[in-house]
Amino acid sequence: MSDAAELISRTKELLAAHPPATTAREDFLKARFDAGLAWVHYPEGLGGLGAPRALQAVVDAELEAAGAPDNDPKRIGIGLGMAAPTVLAFGTDEQKQRFLGPLWRGEEVWCQLFSEPGAGSDLAALGTRAVRDGDDWIVTGQKVWTSNAHNARWAILIARTDPDLPKHRGITYFVCDMTDPGVEVRPLRQITGEAEFNEVFLTDVRIPDAHRLGEVGEGWKVAQTTLMNERVAIGGMRLPREGGMIGPVAATWRERPELRTRDLHQRLVRLWIEAEVARITGERLRQQLVAGHPGPEGSGMKLTFARLNQEISGLEVELLGDEGLLYDDWTMRRPDTVDFVGRDAGYRYLRSKGNSIEGGTSEVLLNIVAERVLGLPSEPRTDKDIAWKDLAR
Amino acid sequence: MSDLLYSETEDELRSAVRSLLTDRCDAAQVIARAESDQPHDHDLWKTLAADMGLAGLLVPESLGGQGASARETAVVLEELGRFVAPVPYLSSAVIATEALLGCGSPAADELLKGLASGRSIGVLALPLSTAPSTSYVQVDEADGRLTGRIAAVADAAAADVLLVVAGSGLYAVDTTAEGVSVSARTPLDLTRPLSVVTLESAPGRLLAADAGAAVRRGLTAGAALLASEQLGLADWCLTETVAYLKTRHQFNRPVGSFQSVKHRLAELWLETVHARAAARNAADALATGSEDAPLAAALAQAYCAPVAVHAAEEALQMHGGIGMTWEHPVHLYLKRAKSDAIALGAAGVHQEAVAELVDLQAP
Repeated sequence: MSDAAELISRTKELLAAHPPATTAREDFLKARFDAGLAWVHYPEGLGGLGAPRALQAVVDAELEAAGAPDNDPKRIGIGLGMAAPTVLAFGTDEQKQRFLGPLWRGEEVWCQLFSEPGAGSDLAALGTRAVRDGDDWIVTGQKVWTSNAHNARWAILIARTDPDLPKHRGITYFVCDMTDPGVEVRPLRQITGEAEFNEVFLTDVRIPDAHRLGEVGEGWKVAQTTLMNERVAIGGMRLPREGGMIGPVAATWRERPELRTRDLHQRLVRLWIEAEVARITGERLRQQLVAGHPGPEGSGMKLTFARLNQEISGLEVELLGDEGLLYDDWTMRRPDTVDFVGRDAGYRYLRSKGNSIEGGTSEVLLNIVAERVLGLPSEPRTDKDIAWKDLAR
Repeated sequence: MSDLLYSETEDELRSAVRSLLTDRCDAAQVIARAESDQPHDHDLWKTLAADMGLAGLLVPESLGGQGASARETAVVLEELGRFVAPVPYLSSAVIATEALLGCGSPAADELLKGLASGRSIGVLALPLSTAPSTSYVQVDEADGRLTGRIAAVADAAAADVLLVVAGSGLYAVDTTAEGVSVSARTPLDLTRPLSVVTLESAPGRLLAADAGAAVRRGLTAGAALLASEQLGLADWCLTETVAYLKTRHQFNRPVGSFQSVKHRLAELWLETVHARAAARNAADALATGSEDAPLAAALAQAYCAPVAVHAAEEALQMHGGIGMTWEHPVHLYLKRAKSDAIALGAAGVHQEAVAELVDLQAP
């Protein structure tokens, strides 16, 4: 079942039975999921065939060549990248059957209810409470930085179920129904002018215990799976040369000699070199994954991309001179997908400021690298053995 | 896209070289040798070059070499960098060997047999700072006799034969011939000795009438693979410093538990991750004869040279007072890294080469 020829033949069978030209998109996606060709490394019956993850590329190439519709992965990135691996790792059979199909097909959009106004880098300090009520949990609290909350059918949620335990031990992981009347979503406008994120207020939201992922009190462990996948997703994109933020700056440099100065040239060439080396590093990481030897390098890539995106876009604004003084549009909108290179330099400059904050600040990631990769001791901590309710806040 | 991983054969080669160097090239020996009148370790060279056959990795089997590639050579250089080994591997087995391969003449092939077997050591007689992308010094030639002075030639003191560039071609000059003088300078990096080479009507054998292509080939390979040596240097500095800071206590805590220190080490680790990708990319580009090889070499030098220096400087600082002592080996790495940053062209020269190659023109 694991070889490329077998997967190609199954893909051809799928295409023959459901020709993309004459099959409705939803029907094709359903047939693809049922054939185990959605994510081949998932188990049979859940959209996969238990094949090596690297072979997905073979299927995707075959489908793309045949003009088959895809599941619009940009629109459902949080579901695919974070919710799905967590449901797969910790869900019951019923939960996997219920959630994974509609998630992959994009019928149900997911969002993530983790960060809170008082729990950012120190996520484990979160204060949203979940109190048991018969077969249900009653959840009350406030979440923030929630992309796609306004489109989402489901959310992955972590909440405090035991405030008497130290903070990491009193957390439980749930799947929250975003249509519950206690869920209120408000757009959160960012420095770019648009509202890519939301604040989510939870007031007596009722979650059945059957929608709990993992054991009561094990939510922190479950959340690690989600966060690991998030960082891999952010750092692991494959790009052609000049495929990232360096692309538009290099193009402007070549097209507009009148903008060139010596200082900008030195900085541009240095950044070009760093961006190209980062791209090659990403490729090396991908080759390690394909070879079945994932290294710890992935945890560092997000750090590099955050810094480079910020420095490159900053340089680009300067390079543009008078035009760098302008901004394309401050109108408040709610984009469904985020395209870091889709707008003008000013937008890129402002949006990339978030790259070193979202998905783990660069400072926290450096601690993670130091402790988990290099094995350096942690700082002395005062919060580990104290009940959550007694922590300073 | 190039293959950026290490093959099983390359991993085995690394283990063999590392195990030899662990036995025969510990830091105390290297420090003691550095100030002796025998700065090169000839016994170690004999084992590496002749017994293990590593001097011939880049040479085809038809000329007595191993018929391997720049990928394996790069792995050897990583380990030689990790031990700051005082052997003329980069000079003889990489730069001179590649220059001779670029000649394609019977005379060059004859020399290659000697170099590949480890029986003789060859050195391209150019200043160590010469970059593949810039101009280089040439001596005068008349009737096959060479006259001129070349400053700061690495490993010339260990060489049996010098490859000398004149306007009329590339010549082989035996170091024992009349009119050849190799005079040692005091180098910043004692593990890669430097000499002034003076030629006064020294007899030369013509290797190639067009020296340019052969020299470029030697220097490009040197620059591309020096990145692997720099990676080895940086990796040693990081590993050693992390190990030390786990055991060194101040303020009743391991020094490695302070966040200000951890962040710097994590940044350094990330730099070595990138340096490894850049160095592997350059080695693979050479090995596959990619047309991107000059870009890959310039990219690797521009990136890896400053990383090695940064790693050595951080290692010294984070070792505190002990790092300033002659007894502790960190200074060997600092001196090698700083010299390597000039060797085969400083980072700025390689940045300019990149800019030229990818059409990012200066104002």
